[in-house]
Amino acid sequence: MKLLVCVSRVPDTTTKITFKDGGATFNTDGVKYILNPYDEWYALVRAIELKEQLGGTVTAIHVGPAANDTDIRKALAIGADNAVRINAEASSPAFVATQIAAHAKAEGYDIVFTGKETINYNNSSVGAMLAELLDMPFVSYGTHMDVAGNTATITRDIEGGAEVVEVDTPFVVSASKGMAEQRIPNMRGIMMAKRKPLKVVEPAAFEETEKAVHYELPPAKTGVKLVDPENMDELVRLLHEEAKAI
Amino acid sequence: MVLVFAETVKGGFKKAAFEAVTYGAKTAAVLGTDCAAVVLGEADNAGQLGEYGASKVYQLKSDHLANFDSQVYTAAIAGAADKIGASVVILSHSSTGKSLMGRLAARMKAGAVAAVNAVPTNDGSFKVRKPVFSGKAFATYEVSADKKVLSVMGNSIQPEATGAAVAVESLDVDVPAPRVRVKEVKRVEGVVPLPEAELVVSAGRGMKGPDNWGIIEELATVMGATTACSRPVADSDWRPHHEHVGQTGVAIRPNLYIAIGISGAIQHLAGVNSSKTIVVINKDPEAPFFKAADYGVVADLFDVVPRLTESLKKFKAS
Ligand SMILES: Cc1cc2nc3c(=O)[nH]c(=O)nc-3n(C[C@H](O)[C@H](O)[C@H](O)COP(=O)(O)OP(=O)(O)OC[C@H]3O[C@@H](n4cnc5c(N)ncnc54)[C@H](O)[C@@H]3O)c2cc1C
Repeated sequence: MKLLVCVSRVPDTTTKITFKDGGATFNTDGVKYILNPYDEWYALVRAIELKEQLGGTVTAIHVGPAANDTDIRKALAIGADNAVRINAEASSPAFVATQIAAHAKAEGYDIVFTGKETINYNNSSVGAMLAELLDMPFVSYGTHMDVAGNTATITRDIEGGAEVVEVDTPFVVSASKGMAEQRIPNMRGIMMAKRKPLKVVEPAAFEETEKAVHYELPPAKTGVKLVDPENMDELVRLLHEEAKAI
Repeated sequence: MVLVFAETVKGGFKKAAFEAVTYGAKTAAVLGTDCAAVVLGEADNAGQLGEYGASKVYQLKSDHLANFDSQVYTAAIAGAADKIGASVVILSHSSTGKSLMGRLAARMKAGAVAAVNAVPTNDGSFKVRKPVFSGKAFATYEVSADKKVLSVMGNSIQPEATGAAVAVESLDVDVPAPRVRVKEVKRVEGVVPLPEAELVVSAGRGMKGPDNWGIIEELATVMGATTACSRPVADSDWRPHHEHVGQTGVAIRPNLYIAIGISGAIQHLAGVNSSKTIVVINKDPEAPFFKAADYGVVADLFDVVPRLTESLKKFKAS
């Protein structure tokens, strides 16, 4: 099996988000970055498990500048065999999908994995875009996946429930919680990662279709109103009359 | 023309469909054009979408639409948009909408903004807002492409039924055969799924163990609320995974979020802080959640939750 895993890099979940230039840009000062949890914990690990079970290779692909190589090395340390970095800022889901599709088209991957969404822009768009650009079926929000021969059986989240689907390779799948268990890279993995191939590719031409022009923080809460624990009737009254929530 | 894909579940419309049509009608007004809706497969009374502002309602019927396949649905919606000359397509930001969004944008070569939570503006350029960083901030996007695809965040607009039902028309659009084979669909019946819920009762590690959830379920039942939980609660299998809210779980924005025995870690807040009203019940007055709350009760949850339930019962009865 030839497996491709798309990995994104996002601010650590504890990051306090701030902006600069009057809200024109995200303030990256002091921000610590991690691999996007859905990509690392579920997509990448399930791809590695399938390779261990069925043989083949796992390629991690990332769109980003050279400074992100340390994050790509982490994916290699967890167990990807090789990596590709498209040398450009990941400016939008369409940009990222276009770049990855340009690489994947020539390679003939059996399964292309993404995480269900990134935790910075939460678009949940790259997987579907890739599938369209590669003319492949797309199965989103997979929580369980088995592969036998060239057919995968995938359980996926739907609104208010789950669905079991079958699909033949090649296809694109996005991974949700449940598809695998997070793996912590060990010393041996980290050492081996240093020698694994990381290919750098220049980006393909792209025409921008949309961009973020302004950022703002949600209005702060004006302060909590404490209610006497002995008087829950009062809380109910406030929720009804003041908040109009019930 | 603005085209709204109105989602159905087993032939019925959910609130998200009415929200999307209302959003579509308002977007059309901003652009000085009309709003049409398209329904895929079976639907009861699709004409009612007219009440929410669709001037035309189209229904595509094909065996190929019986189950969701992003490729098939994309072909159907893009085909319909093409037929009626729609340059803006509106989807719900549901699991179906999200699975379509990117594909449809790539097919139509459109600019795409996912999870929009406000009606666009159009003073020379088309701008629309969405939450980013899992709800920690908002971003305004400018869409430069002629064609646009937007998915509307649940509960970010109230459905407005101010118009009248319209006749349902068919459209001749080629619908390809699915390549994804649906084997089984399991739906939890009788409860409102979390992303759509207006009232949510959520509990965390302060509950001490899974056997104590009776008081949470009773409170939720009395309110007609959906239950949720913090991540460690789902990770310990005290509650099912689909209840996990937060940055790495479901992001929600109900009218009312009641957090019980949850500390309010930044990753938890990220997924819930867009809720309109937040009530926090925690015995630790220093719990960070109080800073993000509208109402707080500093007390032992095992003591106060049953009494809140009693007060609500009294309120409902009156
Ligand atoms: C990468 C990453 C992603 C994460 N994503 C998420 C996410 O999506 N969602 C999420 O929820 N968490 C997430 N977390 C975890 C998060 O950091 C917190 O650990 C978690 O939210 C804490 O859950 P809790 O509030 O239930 O438990 P605790 O932090 O243990 O808090 C329990 C609270 O209950 C109160 N309490 C205890 N007993 C009582 C009582 N008898 N009466 C009243 N109050 C009581 C305590 O005062 C305390 O405030 C993530 C963490 C990481 C590292």
